[in-house]
Amino acid sequence: MTKLIIILLSAVFINNYVLSRFLGICPFLGVSKKLNSATGMSLAVIFVMMIATAVTWPIQMYLLNPNNLGYLQTIVFILVIAALVQLVEIVLKRYIPSLHKSLGVYLPLITTNCAVLGVTILNIDEGYTFVEAMVNSLGSGLGFFLAMVMFSGVRSKLEGADIPKAFQGLPITLVAASITSLSFMGFGGVIENLFA
Amino acid sequence: MNQLNNFTKGIIKENPVLVLVLGTCPTLATSTNVTSALGMGAAATVVLLCSNIVISALRKVIPDKVRIPCYIVLIAGFVTMVQMLVKAFAPALDQSLGIYLPLIVVNCIILGRAEMFANKNKVLDSAVDALGMGAGFTLALGLMATIREVFGSGTFMGIEIPVLVDNHVSILTMAPGGFFVFGLLIAIINKFSSNKPKKTEFGCAGCPSAEICNKRACGEKEEA
Repeated sequence: MTKLIIILLSAVFINNYVLSRFLGICPFLGVSKKLNSATGMSLAVIFVMMIATAVTWPIQMYLLNPNNLGYLQTIVFILVIAALVQLVEIVLKRYIPSLHKSLGVYLPLITTNCAVLGVTILNIDEGYTFVEAMVNSLGSGLGFFLAMVMFSGVRSKLEGADIPKAFQGLPITLVAASITSLSFMGFGGVIENLFA
Repeated sequence: MNQLNNFTKGIIKENPVLVLVLGTCPTLATSTNVTSALGMGAAATVVLLCSNIVISALRKVIPDKVRIPCYIVLIAGFVTMVQMLVKAFAPALDQSLGIYLPLIVVNCIILGRAEMFANKNKVLDSAVDALGMGAGFTLALGLMATIREVFGSGTFMGIEIPVLVDNHVSILTMAPGGFFVFGLLIAIINKFSSNKPKKTEFGCAGCPSAEICNKRACGEKEEA
């Protein structure tokens, strides 16, 4: 149990996907302008990360590894994720239209999101069990959510600021991201010591 | 002449990292030292070259509706090949790139070039375009890595630099430093690129998914 809590908390705070592992930077910079779209995108990412792990982990362990096909990991995972995202979109559209309306826009974007492929590969690399892998995906998704929501708050403050011309737009956004990521560095070592 | 233009536009005018702002994840993650940055650049260039050539050769065969999945399969295949080659011949590089090597599959530069260039142009043009874009990616990565390694750890490709090694700013090699140096570089380019600096925004223009999402996700268009 303690191990699960450590995995969850370190995925959210220490190895935060966006701010310390640099995965999923595209949506982090592109979709964080408004709080609404930031929340929608991150909820969709949490959702897809969980489903993708639930499907790819058994594929790797029970299909690829016993048949010595481990080297096909990259191809199989990206195809599974792409197909899954399409499937989820169709199912949501048919059965839960209200959820589709709020998340639908973000689903196609997630296929080419490195955070989702990253979490499925990392789960295998770290040698997690199924439950640990699911907890890690949840934590990674929550970490993504936290970073997106925090950063959209920071960006709304930037809107009204008087910024030198060369820094307008992307450069100041990156500098702001740098400071946000600095605040996450403070968590380093805290979680392990909490349960030591 | 035309080929030369195709090649140089990837390095300067349409530099994938510093001007089009694509492939930010590997740029930030692998630019902590020059060796891994150059390795990443070379790996991505090889994949880009192979995928551009094949996609351009197959551009009349692949049906328009399923082109994105086809591209992804082709790219994933080439990434797997590169991954196996790197594992076999450069295990140290495999260690330092880690998860970012398989993640070349979802690098926007590669899918973006397939979508924007290779499926409309001849094989030779696409190959030259891929080399130019790859060189631009590698140069941008190398530049960022040089700044981060020289000032962050006081070394260059592992060789110690006399004064800097005792006075290094280690934050530059960590996550915040990556964002900061990248922001600074884009600001410098904005300053000198033209008389009136154009406002670089994280654009939908280069995003391969732009067509699907109709620019709604980035807030460029209001949701219908």
